[in-house]
Amino acid sequence: MDDGARVTLTDVNDPNYFHKVVDCQWACPAHTPGPEYIRLIADGRYSDAYMINWKSNVFPGILGRTCDRPCEPACRRGRVEKEPVAICRLKRVAADYKDDIRDRLPGKGPSNGKRVALVGAGPASLTVARDLLPLGYEVVIYDGDNRAGGMIRSQIPKFRLPESVIDEEVNYILDMGAVTRLGQRVDSMEELLKENYDAIFVGCGAPRGRDLDVPGRQEAAANIHIGIDWLSSVSFGHITKIGKRVIVLGGGNTAMDCCRSSRRLGGESVTVVVRSGFEEMKASPWEKEDAMHEDIPILNYHVPKRVEHDNGKLKGMWFEKVKVELDEKGRRNLVPTGEPDVLIECDDVLVAIGQENAFPWIERDAGIDFDRWGLPIIGEKTLQASLPNVFFGGDAAFGPKNIIWAVAHGHDAAISIDKYCQSLDVADRPPPLFNLVSQKMGIHEWSYDNEVSNDLRYRVPLREKALALKDIKMEVELGFDPVLAFQEAERCLNCDIETVFAPKLCIECDACVDICPVDCITFTAPGDEEDLRTRLMAPAPNLTQDLYISDGLKTGRYMVKDEDVCLHCGMCAERCPTGAWDMQKFFLEMAHADAGHACHR
Amino acid sequence: MTYLTKPKLHHPSLQPNQLGFTRRDYEGAISTLCAGCGHDSISAALIQACYQLDLPPHRIAKLSGIGCSSKTPTYFLGASHGFNSVHGRMPSVLTGANLANRDLIYLGVSGDGDSASIGLGQFAHLMRRGVNMLYIVENNGVYGLTKGQFSATSDCGSKSKKGVANTDEAIDMAAMALQLGATFVARSFSGDKTQLVPLIEAALSHRGTAFIDCISPCVAFNNHMGSTKSFDYVREHNEAVNFLDVITPRAEITTEYSEGAVQEVTQHDGSILRLRKLAGDYDVNDRIAAMRFLAEHAAEGEIVTGLLYVDPDAEDMHLHIKTVPTPLKDLNETALCPGSAALHKLNASLR
Ligand SMILES: Cc1cc2nc3c(=O)[nH]c(=O)nc-3n(C[C@H](O)[C@H](O)[C@H](O)COP(=O)(O)OP(=O)(O)OC[C@H]3O[C@@H](n4cnc5c(N)ncnc54)[C@H](O)[C@@H]3O)c2cc1C
Ligand SMILES: Cc1ncc(C[n+]2csc(CCOP(=O)(O)OP(=O)(O)O)c2C)c(N)n1
Ligand code: SF4
Ligand code: SF4
Ligand code: SF4
Ligand SMILES: [Mg+2]
Repeated sequence: MDDGARVTLTDVNDPNYFHKVVDCQWACPAHTPGPEYIRLIADGRYSDAYMINWKSNVFPGILGRTCDRPCEPACRRGRVEKEPVAICRLKRVAADYKDDIRDRLPGKGPSNGKRVALVGAGPASLTVARDLLPLGYEVVIYDGDNRAGGMIRSQIPKFRLPESVIDEEVNYILDMGAVTRLGQRVDSMEELLKENYDAIFVGCGAPRGRDLDVPGRQEAAANIHIGIDWLSSVSFGHITKIGKRVIVLGGGNTAMDCCRSSRRLGGESVTVVVRSGFEEMKASPWEKEDAMHEDIPILNYHVPKRVEHDNGKLKGMWFEKVKVELDEKGRRNLVPTGEPDVLIECDDVLVAIGQENAFPWIERDAGIDFDRWGLPIIGEKTLQASLPNVFFGGDAAFGPKNIIWAVAHGHDAAISIDKYCQSLDVADRPPPLFNLVSQKMGIHEWSYDNEVSNDLRYRVPLREKALALKDIKMEVELGFDPVLAFQEAERCLNCDIETVFAPKLCIECDACVDICPVDCITFTAPGDEEDLRTRLMAPAPNLTQDLYISDGLKTGRYMVKDEDVCLHCGMCAERCPTGAWDMQKFFLEMAHADAGHACHR
Repeated sequence: MTYLTKPKLHHPSLQPNQLGFTRRDYEGAISTLCAGCGHDSISAALIQACYQLDLPPHRIAKLSGIGCSSKTPTYFLGASHGFNSVHGRMPSVLTGANLANRDLIYLGVSGDGDSASIGLGQFAHLMRRGVNMLYIVENNGVYGLTKGQFSATSDCGSKSKKGVANTDEAIDMAAMALQLGATFVARSFSGDKTQLVPLIEAALSHRGTAFIDCISPCVAFNNHMGSTKSFDYVREHNEAVNFLDVITPRAEITTEYSEGAVQEVTQHDGSILRLRKLAGDYDVNDRIAAMRFLAEHAAEGEIVTGLLYVDPDAEDMHLHIKTVPTPLKDLNETALCPGSAALHKLNASLR
């Protein structure tokens, strides 16, 4: 029929196929079932929404305020209108409005006699603890700081993330029965190995802030601070003020937190200066927006040259103006514009130009191999080091990332540790659990709200700027209230309610083709994918999105559905006279070490 | 039927036409017909054709009779004029409208019951007069709206849903239209938009009466084994005589065909109908041959589709009756009532 053309017919039994359609879940490192919790929020079932999150990402209240939200740039809504669903801030709604959920959390399981040490009490380690405790492991958490939370507590400013939220979610885990050794730095891996733990998890983060090497740096050191060190001193209350004029060097999220914190500690004229362009900055667009909203200008294409000081008293900083030039290989290079250097006067400089890993406490002959960048050599999924009872995760594993990646690593490491402790093959990863269930309730009734909202993205209400800038502990974002939350939740397109096609039932009447508001569906002569993409109802240039290709039709044609901009409105299924289209809910849960133990009530 | 309206969100690459309208702008209210009805596909084809021809929606008038088919004008061209007339009376109402305002584009939508039973007389006389319009019959072989009784186009021997065979002879509306003088006659199938959309475009650019008999399966009452108007039956017995490309006066001509395989017809508005021949030497300008071809193939149980006949030099009713170029509705009182002197003069000339 198709003359041997290479055609990949869609295999809907492969969990990856429908998982990919749920753009936000696919993009989330922990694969949080986004639409499922968003629907629960719309339904006012905040506690249930919270538990879905808690199982996947462990820190819904924290992440609902701070997540780097890789799901949002991926969100389907952003491809059919201007902006994605506020997936992250809806998560916060679940945390804000839930009831007391403590009785739904798992407890420590009966002892299995195994002991595991976790180095660092950041999100990666806490996730490992959360997954291993219900299985009966004795989990011992070490941290040099006196309080658990890692950089969530030491770095992220309280105006973004109140202490009470950290306490609540960190304690859910510690209260499960973790043994904590807080204020106790691990100074030697060899010593730790001697304590005969069955496994060791290294979740010590990427603790070293990169310094600036320009003339005058050392002389004026009293007023030049490393961003992350300065932020932790602010967090722990050791630093409470800063000069009136502040320069923040760097364009990542540390820089954004430094400049906004400065505004709250006496900084009146705070300027962020970056070497490259505004667009190239590492900070997320919303972080830049937040900074600019607080009257912080961002100066781009300025490279720091030297410190201006008067006998060690900081006066300002000189910058060279640069522009982008592409070399013959098309690479971007920053070259001087030739304009005179610029002096920016200031009282303090915060250096936030990057973070590095450092493992001074791991002896290089302890049996753990490191690569030439100083990162441990570990299995990509297993996170297992060359010393088989040692595992890495979070920022310590592959360099600085973010909380949600630390959580994803934590889940993976817990699986590895559990397998390792049972002498099972660590490389054999458990598949995710998924199911697909029809949502049909009546001829035109679905168990989900299939009406597509036309609303544009709702803004999270903010505290009045003058008030917010007065107190560094005052949370800036007020969060969605239930009404706003409902309206925003309604914008979600329910990408997990999948269109499932049964070719045997199809009479090729074209009704689905005619009704589809976004021209997803085409019945056409067979061909391979590349060829099919050129002759669909609407162009299908987005190669990151699959085509659903089905044969088995009476005329020998193919049904081809471009998943790219499907609204999951169910119109095709409502119009189908034979039920060849059905809307089925795809629910996928990643396998966790404690699957079957956690929140099964 | 669907309770929700169609979502406003559309494909990001949806293109506006010359008038700045997207295809979605030519839609109407959401259809309340049965899911899968062939009539809905015809509505989609009409939308596509009007969008592609850059027709201004407010210059189109849709008129219909009674039936599921006649309900469909609600479901397309929501910004156009509409008149849902009495059963079988669309032709007379449309003729009247056309007489009063010759400037609109007229689209008559009817069913096989509406046009071949109660409205057969009206249908016949409209064809004879050459009213400038597209007359489309959404032909499902049954009275869909009244729950599936055989209509006059149902083939003799075709079985009802309960298995009872029709014993009456069928009316072939395309053959009748040819015989009665329509200057553009086509047959198509709701399940084949690649054929139907260009036919509608050609018909809308035709001056004179253009008739399309469009077979349109009724999923509720006439899509079973034994029916000769089901999706399966029509697909199996479809005998297309040609494949049509419509090249509007503005469009560039890009594709090339080998000689002999193509017949080109230029209509009075400058549009070129390029016909790729599928059935031997079928000539779309030969009315008598067309009638013979239809009769022969009908006898063999085949359903002939495609552009069956076109007279590119066709005239329309206004030419025949010599009306002024200005639409009558735009004439003022003095032009319409020239006074008693003019009346006396006229009377005198007739004495
Ligand atoms: C200023 C700033 C703002 C950030 N904002 C965000 C944000 O908004 N959203 C986001 O997702 N991510 C953010 N991040 C990144 C995020 O904080 C980290 O990616 C995440 O905390 C990493 O988690 P982790 O578990 O790997 O380690 P960490 O959170 O770094 O925790 C490591 C812990 O290990 C302890 N430790 C280190 N060495 C030892 C030792 N030898 N013995 C005992 N304890 C030790 C440390 O004291 C620390 O508590 C931010 C980072 C910074 C610097
Ligand atoms: C004067 C009159 N007679 C009878 C009817 C009942 N009636 C309504 S629709 C219809 C037949 C419609 O058949 P068709 O035109 O084929 O439309 P379909 O529903 O099949 O599309 C009849 C007989 C009527 N509405 N008015
Ligand atoms: S529309 Fe909803 S389900 Fe789809 S990607 Fe966005 S948040 Fe996720
Ligand atoms: S659910 Fe069906 S009708 Fe709706 S956008 Fe997707 S394919 Fe089109
Ligand atoms: S509406 Fe149903 S039967 Fe008709 S073409 Fe679509 S899938 Fe097939
Ligand atoms: Mg009918």
